[in-house]
Amino acid sequence: MSNRLISWFKYASPQSFYPLAGRMIPWFWALAAVFGAVGLWISFFVAPTDFQQGEGYRIIFIHVPAAWLSMFLYLIMATWAGLGLALNTRLSGMMAQAIAPTGALMAFLSLWTGALWGKPMWGAWWVWDARLTSALILFFLYIGFIALQAAIDDARRADKAGAILVLVGVVNVPIIYFSVKWWNTLHQGSTINLAKAPSMATTMLWGMLLMALAFWMYSIAVALTRVRAIILEREAHTEWVKALDEVKT
Amino acid sequence: MKPRHKRIALIVGGLAAIGIASTLVFQALDSNVAFFITPTEFTEGKAPQGKAFRVGGMVREGSIRRDNLTVHFVITDTVKEVPVTYTGILPDLFKEGKGAVVQGKIGADGLFNATEVLAKHDENYMPPHAQHAIDQAQSTAKTLKQ
Amino acid sequence: MNWGSPAEFFAMGGYALYVWGSFGVCAVLMIMEPILVGKRQSSILRILRRERQAEILENP
Repeated sequence: MSNRLISWFKYASPQSFYPLAGRMIPWFWALAAVFGAVGLWISFFVAPTDFQQGEGYRIIFIHVPAAWLSMFLYLIMATWAGLGLALNTRLSGMMAQAIAPTGALMAFLSLWTGALWGKPMWGAWWVWDARLTSALILFFLYIGFIALQAAIDDARRADKAGAILVLVGVVNVPIIYFSVKWWNTLHQGSTINLAKAPSMATTMLWGMLLMALAFWMYSIAVALTRVRAIILEREAHTEWVKALDEVKT
Repeated sequence: MKPRHKRIALIVGGLAAIGIASTLVFQALDSNVAFFITPTEFTEGKAPQGKAFRVGGMVREGSIRRDNLTVHFVITDTVKEVPVTYTGILPDLFKEGKGAVVQGKIGADGLFNATEVLAKHDENYMPPHAQHAIDQAQSTAKTLKQ
Repeated sequence: MNWGSPAEFFAMGGYALYVWGSFGVCAVLMIMEPILVGKRQSSILRILRRERQAEILENP
C-alpha cells in the first residue's frame, strides 16, 4: 500500500512527469487528428439537414463540444487545484495553470459559436438568460484565475490563491449544466442527458461525439505541452533540468 | 491532527459552506432568474407593472395574422393565452406551433406590444423525413384515441 | 451526400456567415494555441541552453 502511494507521488513530481508527458503528447495529437477528421467529415457530409434549422444547425458540431470541454476542463483544473491545496504537491499547481488557457479558449468558443447560432435561429446574438449568463461567468472565472496567477510573483503562493478562486467557482458548473432545467431559459434543453435517449438523429449524434472526442484529445495535447513549458520555467535552476538532453545540446 | 488532515478538513468544510450558501442564494433568486413568464403566470398578475417583461410559450396554430408590417399572433401555454402585436423582423424559426419569447408591454389597446420576438427552439435535431414520420405516427395515435 | 455542388456546400443553405464564422474562428484559434505554446516551450529551452553555456564558460 505505502509502496504504491510512493510510486504515485513519484509520478506526481515534475521531474518524472516531464518526460512522461513528452511521450504522451504525440499520441494525443494523432488521436485528435483522427477523431477531428472523421468528425468533420460526418458533420458536413454524412449528417443530414435538420428539419427545423436547415444547415444552420451544423454549428452544434463545435458548439456542444466546446461547451462540454469548457465545463470538464474546469472540473479537472479544480481537481488539480484542490489536490495542490490538500497535498502541497508542486505538479498540481502547474497542471491547473496549464489547463486554464485551454479552458478559457473552449469557454470563448462556446460563447462565440453560440452567438453565431443564436442570431439566425433565436433572433438575438445574446440574451441574459440563466444558461448564457452562467456560461459567461465561467469564461470570467478562467480569465480571473489566469490574471490572478499572473499577478502574484511567487509561484507557490500564486497556486494557492488561484486554487481558492477555482474551488469557489466550481459551484458555477452545475448551475450551467442544470440552468436549462431549473429556470425558464431561451436556450433549449440538453441534447444528451442521462434520463432519456438522445433527441438527435444517430449520424448527427456520432458527429457530435467524435468532435467532442477530438476536442478532448486536442485539449490534453495542448495542456501537456504547456505544462512541460511551465515545468521548465519553474524548475529552471534545478540539477535535473540542467541534465536534460534538450538543454545539453 | 496532522497539518495535512487539517487542511483537507478546511477545504471540505469550505466547499460545503460555499455549496450551501450558493444553493440558498439561488433559491432566493429563483423567481428573478427566469428569462420569461408563462401566459398562466401572466394572467395570475405576475407581470411587473409599467415595466417591459417577457412572455414565453407556443405560437398558437392558426393565430398568425399579417397586417402590412405588423404581425398579430397568440402566445399560449395550452392553458392561458396572450395576444401579441409586433412590427419588425421575425427570426427564422418563428413558426406556428413552435416556441417563442416576446418582450414588451401591455399597450393601451390591451394587447401585448412586443418590441422583440425571439424564437425558442427545442433540443430535437433530425432530418425532415424523420420528422414527417413522427408527425404521421402522432396523428395516427390521435385518431386511434378518438 | 448533402451537397449538389461546391457552391451549395459553401452557401450552407443561406447560413454561410454563421456556420463558417463559427468553424473559421474555431479553426484559427485551435491552430494558434499550439503554435503559441510551442513558442513558449522553445523560448524557455533557449534560455536554459544559454545559461548552461554561460556556466560551462565560467567553470571550465
